[in-house]
Amino acid sequence: MDAFGLDGLDELVRALIADGHRVIGPRRRDDAIVLDDVTGVADLPSGWGVEVAPGRYRLHRRGDDALFRHSAGPQSWKRFVHPPRRKLWETTDVGFAAAPDDERRLAFLGVRGCDLAALGVLGRVLGARSRPFIVAVDCTEPGGLCFCASTGTGPSVGPGYDLALTERLDDTGHWFLADAGSEDGERILAAVTRRPATADEVAGALRDVTAAAGRMGRQMPALDLRQLLHDSRQAQHWNDVAERCLTCGNCTMVCPTCFCTTTEDVTDLTGDHAERWEHWASCFEVDFSYLHGGSVRTSAASRYRQWLSHKLGTWHDQFGESGCVGCGRCIAWCPVGIDITAEVAALAAERSGDDVDV
Amino acid sequence: MTPPTLAVWKFTSCDGCQLTLLDCEDELLTLAGAVRIARFTEASSAISPGPYDVSLVEGSITTPEEAERIREVRAQSRVLVVIGACATAGGIQALRNFADVEEFRSLVYASPQHIGTLATSTPISAHVAVDYELRGCPIDRRQLLEVLSAFLVGRKPDLPDASVCTECKRRGLTCVMVADGTPCLGPVTHAGCGALCPAYRRGCFGCFGPVQDPNIAALTAQLRACGLSEEAIDRAFRTFTHFRQETAT
Ligand code: SF4
Ligand code: SF4
Ligand code: SF4
Ligand code: SF4
Repeated sequence: MDAFGLDGLDELVRALIADGHRVIGPRRRDDAIVLDDVTGVADLPSGWGVEVAPGRYRLHRRGDDALFRHSAGPQSWKRFVHPPRRKLWETTDVGFAAAPDDERRLAFLGVRGCDLAALGVLGRVLGARSRPFIVAVDCTEPGGLCFCASTGTGPSVGPGYDLALTERLDDTGHWFLADAGSEDGERILAAVTRRPATADEVAGALRDVTAAAGRMGRQMPALDLRQLLHDSRQAQHWNDVAERCLTCGNCTMVCPTCFCTTTEDVTDLTGDHAERWEHWASCFEVDFSYLHGGSVRTSAASRYRQWLSHKLGTWHDQFGESGCVGCGRCIAWCPVGIDITAEVAALAAERSGDDVDV
Repeated sequence: MTPPTLAVWKFTSCDGCQLTLLDCEDELLTLAGAVRIARFTEASSAISPGPYDVSLVEGSITTPEEAERIREVRAQSRVLVVIGACATAGGIQALRNFADVEEFRSLVYASPQHIGTLATSTPISAHVAVDYELRGCPIDRRQLLEVLSAFLVGRKPDLPDASVCTECKRRGLTCVMVADGTPCLGPVTHAGCGALCPAYRRGCFGCFGPVQDPNIAALTAQLRACGLSEEAIDRAFRTFTHFRQETAT
């Protein structure tokens, strides 16, 4: 493994840009850490941390200059590999034309374990699309709503990265431990001024990442969730959630794996030009389950049940895994703070006949 | 083929929604080629007689005379599109529905005996059948063009009944309620504006009216948690389209 300082990180970003990538990373904007284009270390949210609770997200100044110690923000990498809105095709009087793909190669900087897993899940749903270059970052400081340790997706990053970093702040300064996970990763790393890491440095980083697993703010109950959701179709608890749920769809929009879309047809006033666009949809929208004559899922209970049953249950039947990677976004960004881990615990309690009041 | 005719009608309203038509600057010439604007008194005093292919109706019904006139408009219109919070929900003037109109009349007017008014301000759909509704105070320019373009090629306009939050998130905005604690009606408000207010770091004040089956009680609890007083919550839900406040307990 290699080690480099802040200058090395800056070189890394510049090497990716020189290699023809559009680099996306965390930036501070509108009271949140969002994902956007970055051109160097100066763009990263140095010294900004995040405090989260159900339905609540607040930025705060940290006592150090950490760049990557903030839990999941309002956006996920999904918006770059599966855009919120995109043109599929158009027709004019001269004929039909499929919309061209965005040819720019993407590089993602600062992908946490949960989000790396989510990119894998989304990739298996959407099929082969061009793969971004991934600079992953191990997590040593989980947030209050994180539960990747219980979904097996963090805090250390799993396979699938090109480069994996561990951010270190100690008496020797602010530096990064780096590991290449692909030939591309090795090629880019070669452009960075670096030194070999010592065995002690590697062991220290590993110790901190391992310890992070014990400091997650949440935990997904260790149960056969597929079976639980299957058995909970008639649960009383769906009505309980429905009293609190606004059916606003924020949870599905922020979830890094929710993939549903719908299409809209656009024509202009002359009628000579038509376009078909695709945009994110949500199973919380009434229109989502519209069949001839009306919508199938009109009650809030049936819509929340659809979301949870797909995410944690039938996702297994469809794609052979769970749709939840434990990032905690849906809990933070739900305006009324509905907590997926608590709702699962309540469903489990109802199944086992325990007190539902969790 | 003769182009279809378009008529614009005004009831009790401020004219802001009609002006959205003139605000379609880039598309106005194309529109004037695609339809024959037969009646639009904001733009021209020349009026061609009906019947009309499409009528855009702005405003709510607040007088006995208007209640009569809207029936005539309906009878002369093949497709009737109501535009704006007044026409779709009664508008700000529907605040009278919660108050005593007699008292307003004597306070506001020097000679109240000359004022003929109804006790309520009601949406057009309370009087005649409506084909499409464009929400908002004022309406959204893109949605107006969408309805007209759809009409011209004979397709259904795309006016999804989803929350403002879905537009807010697709646009990549940071939620003002979660990140700043700013009260926002977006979760229960009908989409269509493209999350205009949150884009300026303001909470949505609900000018597009409620989605189908809004969970007002749950949002009310959250607005309280954001620090809004009961009075402010009442005002938030009633101002533009009087969300059914009675469900908010
Ligand atoms: S369901 Fe919630 S916690 Fe799980 S991946 Fe989606 S947003 Fe993250
Ligand atoms: S669970 Fe929360 S975010 Fe999801 S639809 Fe319900 S209120 Fe909205
Ligand atoms: S800012 Fe308002 S509209 Fe946007 S997600 Fe938050 S609650 Fe919804
Ligand atoms: S965000 Fe709300 S108040 Fe603002 S324009 Fe849209 S619907 Fe109206």
